[in-house]
Amino acid sequence: MISVFILLLGAATPILFAALGELVAERAGVLNLGVEGMMVGGALAGFAAAHATGSPALGFAVAALAGAALSMLFAMMTQYLLSNQVATGLALTLFGLGLTAMFGKPYEGVKAPAMMAGPLGLNWMIWLGLAMVPVVWWFLVRTRPGLILRAVGENHDAAHGLGYPVRAMRIAALAFGGAMAGMGGAYISIATVLQWTEGMTAGAGWIALAIVVFAQWNPWGVLAGAWLFGGVTVLQLRLQAAGVAVPVQFLAMAPYLATILVLVLISARQKFGRSGGGAAPGSLGRPFHALR
Amino acid sequence: MFRLEPRASAPLGWQIATPILAVLATMFVGGLLFAAMGFDPVAAIRTIFWDPLFGPAAGYSRPQLLVKAGPLILIACGLALGFRAGIWNIGAEGQYIIGAICGAAVALAAYPAEAFWIFPAMILAGALGGWAWGMIPALLRNWFGASEILVSLMLVYVAQKIAAWMAFGPMKNPEGFNFPGSRNLQQYPAAANPELIANSGLHWGGIAAIVALAATWFIMSRHVLGFQVRTAGAAPRAARFAGVRPERLVALCLGVSGALAGLAGLFEVAGPAGQITESFGSGYGFTAIIVAFLGRLHPLGILLAGLLMALTYIGGELAQMMLNLPAATVQVFQGMLLFFLLGFDLLTRYRIRRRT
Amino acid sequence: MNRRTLLGSAAALVAASALPSFAAEDKLKVGFIYVGPVGDGGWSFQHDLARKAVVEKYGDKVETTFIESVPEGADAERALTQLALAGNKLIFATSFGFMDATINVAKKFPDVKFEHATGYKTAENVSTYDARFYEGRAVMGTIAGRMTKSNKIGYIGSFPIPEVIQGINSSFIHARKVNPNVEMKVVWAYTWFDPAKEADAAAALIAEGVDVILQHTDSTAPLAKAQEAGAIGFGQASDMAAFKPTPRVSAIIDNWAPYYIKRVGEALDGSWKSHSVWLGIGDGEVEIGEITDAVPAEVKAEAEALKAKIASGEYHPFTGPLKKQDGSDWLAEGQKAEDKDLSSMNFYVEGIAAPMPK
Repeated sequence: MISVFILLLGAATPILFAALGELVAERAGVLNLGVEGMMVGGALAGFAAAHATGSPALGFAVAALAGAALSMLFAMMTQYLLSNQVATGLALTLFGLGLTAMFGKPYEGVKAPAMMAGPLGLNWMIWLGLAMVPVVWWFLVRTRPGLILRAVGENHDAAHGLGYPVRAMRIAALAFGGAMAGMGGAYISIATVLQWTEGMTAGAGWIALAIVVFAQWNPWGVLAGAWLFGGVTVLQLRLQAAGVAVPVQFLAMAPYLATILVLVLISARQKFGRSGGGAAPGSLGRPFHALR
Repeated sequence: MFRLEPRASAPLGWQIATPILAVLATMFVGGLLFAAMGFDPVAAIRTIFWDPLFGPAAGYSRPQLLVKAGPLILIACGLALGFRAGIWNIGAEGQYIIGAICGAAVALAAYPAEAFWIFPAMILAGALGGWAWGMIPALLRNWFGASEILVSLMLVYVAQKIAAWMAFGPMKNPEGFNFPGSRNLQQYPAAANPELIANSGLHWGGIAAIVALAATWFIMSRHVLGFQVRTAGAAPRAARFAGVRPERLVALCLGVSGALAGLAGLFEVAGPAGQITESFGSGYGFTAIIVAFLGRLHPLGILLAGLLMALTYIGGELAQMMLNLPAATVQVFQGMLLFFLLGFDLLTRYRIRRRT
Repeated sequence: MNRRTLLGSAAALVAASALPSFAAEDKLKVGFIYVGPVGDGGWSFQHDLARKAVVEKYGDKVETTFIESVPEGADAERALTQLALAGNKLIFATSFGFMDATINVAKKFPDVKFEHATGYKTAENVSTYDARFYEGRAVMGTIAGRMTKSNKIGYIGSFPIPEVIQGINSSFIHARKVNPNVEMKVVWAYTWFDPAKEADAAAALIAEGVDVILQHTDSTAPLAKAQEAGAIGFGQASDMAAFKPTPRVSAIIDNWAPYYIKRVGEALDGSWKSHSVWLGIGDGEVEIGEITDAVPAEVKAEAEALKAKIASGEYHPFTGPLKKQDGSDWLAEGQKAEDKDLSSMNFYVEGIAAPMPK
C-alpha cells in the first residue's frame, strides 16, 4: 500500500509542478496551451545542465529558467502583440518540441547524475512539489500581490481601472507558470527516466491543463488532481501487474470524464446561485488592451 | 514610447500586407537558422515554399496540398463561425475522431455489401457523430454554464481513448492477423472516398471544404445568422437586445463546427487514411484552430491559411528528403512561421502611435 | 474509366513530370521512411544505423535519403510517393502501419522496389521482412529465470499484437524451463514510447515483487527504475549500453544492417526479387547484446548455448509439448510451431496467470 503511494507521488510530481504553474497563469487570466512545449524545454535544458555540472539541483534551476524563457515568448506574443492565446499556445508547443529535438541531439544516450535523495525515500523534488501547494495557496489567498493577481484574472478592465498593472501581473504569472512547467519537465528527464529523448514528455503538459480545471483553480485541488491522474495510471498498471484484467482505455478516460463532471458541478453551483467559489477566472483567455 | 490604438476596421492593404510580411520575416529568420545549422538557406527556403508548387515533382505535390489542406479548411470553417461569436470550440480534434468512428462504423457494419446508400449513410453518420460530440459542451454550457473551452478539450482525450479502444476491440479487422486497426475502407469500394478526378487530389472532402467555404462566406456576410454571430461576439449584451438567443447560438455554433469536424474525419478515414487506428487523430483538429486564426476567421483567409499550412508540411518533407534537413528543424521553422503570422496580425487590428 | 486506369494515368503523369530530376543518375538511390525520430534511441534509430551501414558498405554506388517521424496513414503514402518521385529505386518502409500505403504506392511505381518491415502484404515489387524477436526473447527468458530471486519476472508489453505476445510466451517458456517456480507478471503500457509511463509500469512490476524486468517498449526508463530498486533488466531494440553492467545485463538488439546490405546489393546487381522473410538470430538480424559480468558464468554459458542452438536451427523456441493458457493442447511433443500460427498469435501459453487483454 505504501509502495503504491510512493509510486503515485513520483508519477504525480511532473504534472503537479506544471499544473500549479498553469494554475497561477490562469488565475491571472491567461490560458497558456503551451505547457507541453515548456515542459519539454525544461526537460532538455535541465538534463543538459545536470549532466554538464553533475548537480541535479542546478539542472532544475536551469530548467526553470528555460521554461520561463519559453513562456516569455508566449507573453510577448499575447501581452504585447495581442495574439490569440489558444493559437499562440498551440504554436508554442510545436515550437518547443521542435527546438528541443533540434538541440537535444548531443544529449541522446547520455545518463543523468544521481537524483538528490530526500527523507522517507522520496527525493527533494517530490517534497518541493508538495511544499509548493500551500505556498501557491498562501500567495494567492493571503498576500496582496496574490489578491491583485486574482483581480486581474477576474476582470481585467476593472483591475486596470483600479490602477493595477494588468500586463505586468500577467507576465509575472506566465513566467512562474513557465518555470514550474520547466521543472516538471526536468523531473521526467532527470528523476524518472534519467535520460533525454526527444518528445519525452509525451503529453504530460496536456494532462496538467486538465488538472487545473479539475482543481477548480485551487492549489489543493491541483494536488488532488495530480494524484488522481497520476494515480489512475499507477493503479491500472499496478492492477495489471497483479494479474487483474483491466479495461485500460476506459480507466484512462475516467479522469477526463471526472474533470468534466467536476466542471459541471461547480458551474451549476455557481449558476444556480449557491456559492461563487471554484469557477473559471472571469477574464480567462481574453486579450487585454488598455485604451488609456 | 509607442502605444496601440484599435482600428475601427481593418484596412484591406494591411490585411494583405501582414501575412506577406510575416512569411518574409519567417524566411529571413528561418534562413539564418538554416545557415547556422550548416544548410544552404536559399535552397532550404526554395524547397519548402517553391518546390511543392513549381518544383520538378510539383505535378504530384500540388494536388497533395489539397488533400492535406482539405480537412483543415473544412474544420476551420466551422470553428470560425463559433470563434466569431465568442464560442470557443477547441475540441475539434475529438469531433473529428468521433465523426470518423461513426462513419467507419456504418461501413464496417455493412461490409461486404455493395450498395449505393452506404457512402451517403457514412457521411450522415460522420456528421451526426461530430455534431453529437460537439453538442456535449454546448448543452453543458447552456444547462450549467460549464466552459465549452475546457469541456471540449477534455472530450478530445476521451475521443482518443475511444479510438484506441475501437482499434483494439470492436473495430479490429478480423482478417488482420490480430494487428490493431479496422479494415481498410479504401479497399471496400462502396465505402471508399477515392480521388474523383485522376491526380487532382480532390476527393469528396475537398468538395465539402469548398461548399463549407462558400456557405461560411454566405452566412457571415449575407445572412441574418452571420449578423447575430458577429454581434454576439463583439457585444454580447447588445446582442440580447437585438433578439439573439445566446443558448441557441451556442448550440448552433458548436453543433455546426462539430458536424464539419466529424465530416472531415469521415472523409479522411474513408479516403487518405483508410482505417481507424489507435493513432487516428493526427492533430488536424488542433492545427485547424491555428488555420482559423491565421485566416482571420474569414473564408478566403482560411482557404489561404489552410493551403499555407499544407505547403509547409509538404515542403518540410521535401526539405528532409532533398537537403537532409532534420524533421525537428522543419518543426521549429513552422513554429516560427506561426509566431510571426500571429504577431504581425497586430498591424491589421491596431494602429501604432507615438505616445505624446 | 475505372479506378485502376485512373491510377495508371496519374502515375504516368507524375512520373513524366518528375523525370528530369533523376534522368542522369547512375547511382542507386535508396529511400527510407521512419515512424519515429532517428533520435528515439530504439526502433527508428536502429533502422537508421542500418541505413548508415549500407552507405558504409557501398559508398559512392548508393545515395540514401530518409524521412523521419512520418505518421502512419495518408502522410506515409505521400512520403513514399515523394521518395519514389525523387528517383529512389529501392524504398524501405520501416513500420507495420505503413503497410497499405506501401502497397498503394507500389502499384503506381512498378519499377520501384519496396521493402516493408513487419507486414504481411507483398506484391511483385513489394517484399516484407521481419525479425524473429522471440528467438532473442528465449535467451532473455533463460537469463531471467536463472537470475530471479523472488521467482517473479515482469514483462512490459507495448500493444497486444502477435510480435509482443510471441515475446512474452517465449521468455516465459524458457524462464520456466530453467526455473519451474518462476511466475510471469505482464503489464501493457499501450505505447511504444512514453518514458514516464514505462517507468511507472516498471515500478508497478517491482512493487509486485518482480526483480527481473523484460521490456518490449523502446525507452530506457524501465532500466532506470530497475536500477533504483536493485532489479535487473535488458536493453530493447538498441543495446542501451549506458546501463551496463547492471541493471542492463544483456540486450535484444534489432540489427537490420545485414538484411539491408544484402537487399541493396541485390538491387545493384539486378537480382532483387520480391519475397517474404522472417529472419532471426542465425541471420544476424536479432542480436544478443553483451551478457555482462553481473550474470554468473554458468548462466551466461547456458544462455549462449541456447543462442547457438537457435542460431544453427537445431532448436525452435516454440517446440512442443506446449499447451495454451486455458489448458487446451497447442503443440504435441517435438512439434514445432508453424510461422502462420505464430504470426497471428493471440494467446498465452499455459502457466502465465495474467489475463490476455480483450
